[in-house]
Formats: sequence, C-alpha cells, structure tokens
Amino acid sequence: MSDRNVIEAKDLSFGYGNEPIFEGVSFSVRPGDFIAIIGSNGAGKSTLLRLILGELAPSSGDLHLLGQDIRQFRDWPKIGYLPQNGLGSGADFPATVQEIVQANLFSRIGLMRFPKKEHREKTLRALELVGMKDYAGRMIGELSGGQQQRVLLARVLVNDPEIMLLDEPTNGVDARSVRSFFELLSECNREAGLTIVMVTHDIARAENHVSRVLCLEEGSLVELKKTQVEKELSQKHKHQRRPDHGNSGI
Amino acid sequence: MAILEYDFMRRAFLAGILLAVIVPCIGIIVVLKRLSMMGDALSHTSLAGVAAGLVMGINPILGAVVACIAAALGIEAIRKRIPKFSEMSIAIIMSAGIGLAGVLSGFVKNAANFNSFLFGSIVAISDFEMVLVVCISCAVLLTFLLLYKELFYIALDERSARLAGIPVKSINFIFTILTAVTVSIAARTVGALIVSSLMVVPVACGMQVGKSYQQTVLYSILFAVCFTIAGLFLSYYLRLKPGGTIVLIGVLCLVVLLLVKRVLARRTVSAVADRN
Repeated sequence: MSDRNVIEAKDLSFGYGNEPIFEGVSFSVRPGDFIAIIGSNGAGKSTLLRLILGELAPSSGDLHLLGQDIRQFRDWPKIGYLPQNGLGSGADFPATVQEIVQANLFSRIGLMRFPKKEHREKTLRALELVGMKDYAGRMIGELSGGQQQRVLLARVLVNDPEIMLLDEPTNGVDARSVRSFFELLSECNREAGLTIVMVTHDIARAENHVSRVLCLEEGSLVELKKTQVEKELSQKHKHQRRPDHGNSGI
Repeated sequence: MAILEYDFMRRAFLAGILLAVIVPCIGIIVVLKRLSMMGDALSHTSLAGVAAGLVMGINPILGAVVACIAAALGIEAIRKRIPKFSEMSIAIIMSAGIGLAGVLSGFVKNAANFNSFLFGSIVAISDFEMVLVVCISCAVLLTFLLLYKELFYIALDERSARLAGIPVKSINFIFTILTAVTVSIAARTVGALIVSSLMVVPVACGMQVGKSYQQTVLYSILFAVCFTIAGLFLSYYLRLKPGGTIVLIGVLCLVVLLLVKRVLARRTVSAVADRN
C-alpha cells in the first residue's frame, strides 16, 4: 500500500435543502489509520459516511478516495461498509451465514457466474477470522445481535477491502460483545493494516483501540488529542451522575 | 389417468407447472424486498392491458404484458421521486390500473373473455398462449439462475450490493421487466385477482421449512408445483375454478405449516424447561 492519503477531504460542505449540516470540513485519512468519528446526534456523522460512500454529493469542496475523485470513483469493492443496526429489517432474512458472507465476493466471482470451491473456502476463512466458522450453516436470524455483527464484519473482510467504514457498529449490541468486537477491529487494523473509519457513540470502549479521534460538532470537524478525549469522557461521567444533562454523544 | 386424456388438461398441467416454477422465483425476491403488494398492483393493472387488447383486437396477453411493464416502470419512477413514501407508488399505479381497466371494460364486447382474466382460465389456453408461456418461462428461469447471486444480494442489502460492484440499477430494471412479464402471463392462468397470492403463498410456505436461501427457493417452487397439480386435480373432479382452488390449497397448506411450527416450537421450549 502506498503512503498517499486513502481519504482526502478539502473544504467539504453539505446540507439538506437550505439547512447546512457542515461547512468547510477538511480531513485526511492515512493508510493504516483507525479513526473514530464522534459527535452529538444530528451532527452529520452518518451523512459524512454517506458522502464517502458516494451516496450523497457534497454541495462544495473536494473528496478523494484512494486517490480518485469521488465522482469518478468506481473501485467500490475496495471499500468495506458495515451499516448501522446491522442487517436492520433483514435480520430474519432466510439465508445462512455462509450465503450472506459469500454474497460479498461478487467482484471476484463475476456477473452471471457461480461461486467455486475457492470462493467457499475464502468465505469460511473470513468467518474463521471473526470466530464464526462453526456458525456457517446457521440461519442469520438464529444468531444474537453481537454474532450478527461479527458475520457482517466477515462479509466486509471477505473482500479484502483497503478501507472499512463502520456506522455505529455496536448499536444494540451487549457490552461484552462490544468489547470483543472492538478487539477484533483492532486486530484487523494492526495485523492486516486495514484502514478503519468508524462513527461511534461508544468512544469510552473504543478509545484504547483507535489511533485518532475526530469530533464533528456544530458543522466543523476537529481532531481531538488523547488528553481531550479523556477530559470529555470524564466530563461525561460527571454528567451521567447528574441526569438533568443531555447526551453529549461521546 | 382419465384427466390426462383430454388435450386441454394436458396443456393446463404443462402451463400450470411451468408457471409454478417461475412465479415463486420472482415471488421470493418480491417478498424479501418487502414489495409483496407489487404483484397485486401489476396484476390489477394487467387487466387494463387485457381490456385494451380486447378493444383494439390484439392478443389480450400481449396487452397485459405491455400494461404490466408500463406499470412496473411507473412504480419505480414514482418511488424515486417520492422516496420517503415509496409505498404510495404501488397504490397510485394500482388505482390508475383499476380505473383504466374499469373504463376500458365498458367497451369490451365479449365480457366473458374479459372476466376469464379476473379468475383465470388455465384450461382454455390457446396454442399461441401456450407458446408464450413456454418461451416466457424459459426466459425467466434462465435469467433468474444467471442473476441468482446478484438478486439475492440486492434483496438482502441493496447498498452493500452496490459497494460489492453489482450493477444494482440495471439488475433492478431487468427484474422489474421479468416481474411484469411473469405477472401478466400468470394472470391468464390463475387470474389477475389472485396472481399475487401465487407469488407470495408458496414463498411463505418455503420460508417456514427452508434452512437456507437456496432451500427456501427450492421449497417455494416445490410447494407451488404441488399446489398447482393438486388444484388442477381437485378442480377437475369437484368442478371448481382452477385458479381459486390452487391458491386456496396454498393458503390451507400455509395455515397447517404455521400451526405445526407453533406446536413444534412449544414442544422444544417445554423440553428445554424439563431438562433444566
């Protein structure tokens, strides 16, 4: 992997209708970064991910993904994405874990072609990586929220992405599963050099695993130093003891 | 077997089985995309095409195919313009289709011919219609098999399917055309008013017993074929309408499966409780 920034945003602005969400946002993501994006509800964290995914177009500014302008970017299989709320309404989808993970191998299998033994083996290897190989034949609806998130992580990893984007991946997942999920992400980042950009509310648990923390607040994005994150966390703990304070989002 | 000595019954079995294979293939994707009502909207709109065909003196099935394709594309176009209330598109097209069918049916001279499309007339299929059923069934089945994994991923998670490199827009367009063609041809056999049941009920049964997506597809087809064969036999010997009989057998089977599943689930729970 080269040393160029894998994501580069310059003076990025976006709004829904006449309502600006953020203005003049600039940031860069280097190969191997593990970034957490935090901010209060409605600050535009998920919107920022949707811009990186090419689902929304910025009203102004430049956004480059793997060195290409987002408007011309076509290498989507190099981008892994783990959505908020896992499979959502598809949690009871009548499919096995293996079928769901293997579906993401489309770019390797090809249009109108059938999966071969090598694709099935690659699927099982991805499941083994997240500790879900024994569940390959189980229906996805039979698994717990934490297990489903691991399966979705395997679905992303099976394609050997260069960047993984996660949108609040631990929503609705129990505390124990959250801890092991972050450990797993950390392992992928350290050992496979995977670049990770994660929107999260759970910075308290993610803090020890991420390399950088970006905070999106009131339309601008700033990078927080470790000391600032710790300060914010201690303030949050104080707020939690006084229930009249609102959620700061981190 | 006496029933198979009649040419019209042999045709009915052939057409019925072919449709029983392709309708659940479309049905499973429609159901999993939470668009079960789409079959209803298209089949009702197909009646406008049938009426137009009868008024203009062209084959009513061809009229139904054209009307269904236009309706399916109309639904997609409205869905894109009103994404937050996308289900409204189905209601709008269905209302327009029924309205148009109602107006045009007033100009149809042979009302019996038009009515045969409401509840189907699988035993009165012409040579041309038989050829149409065979050709459309082969085309739908081949396309479904070739796009099997693509349709599966789009139904599961459209956004991730796009990121995986699947040409989602093109495949959705192909699927819309396949759905329209399948609905219009099935409307001739089981009837426009109940075609969506044939699309949904075997899939609902398949989902009760399937232990994977592949199994669910195979079971759905198997259920649909069994319902069709049983429906044709029963309707022949009990002098019932075949379309309605096929669907009612399906609904009865679904009710039985749901009851059996419930009893089995209760037994499992009490067995676990006993063990603890």
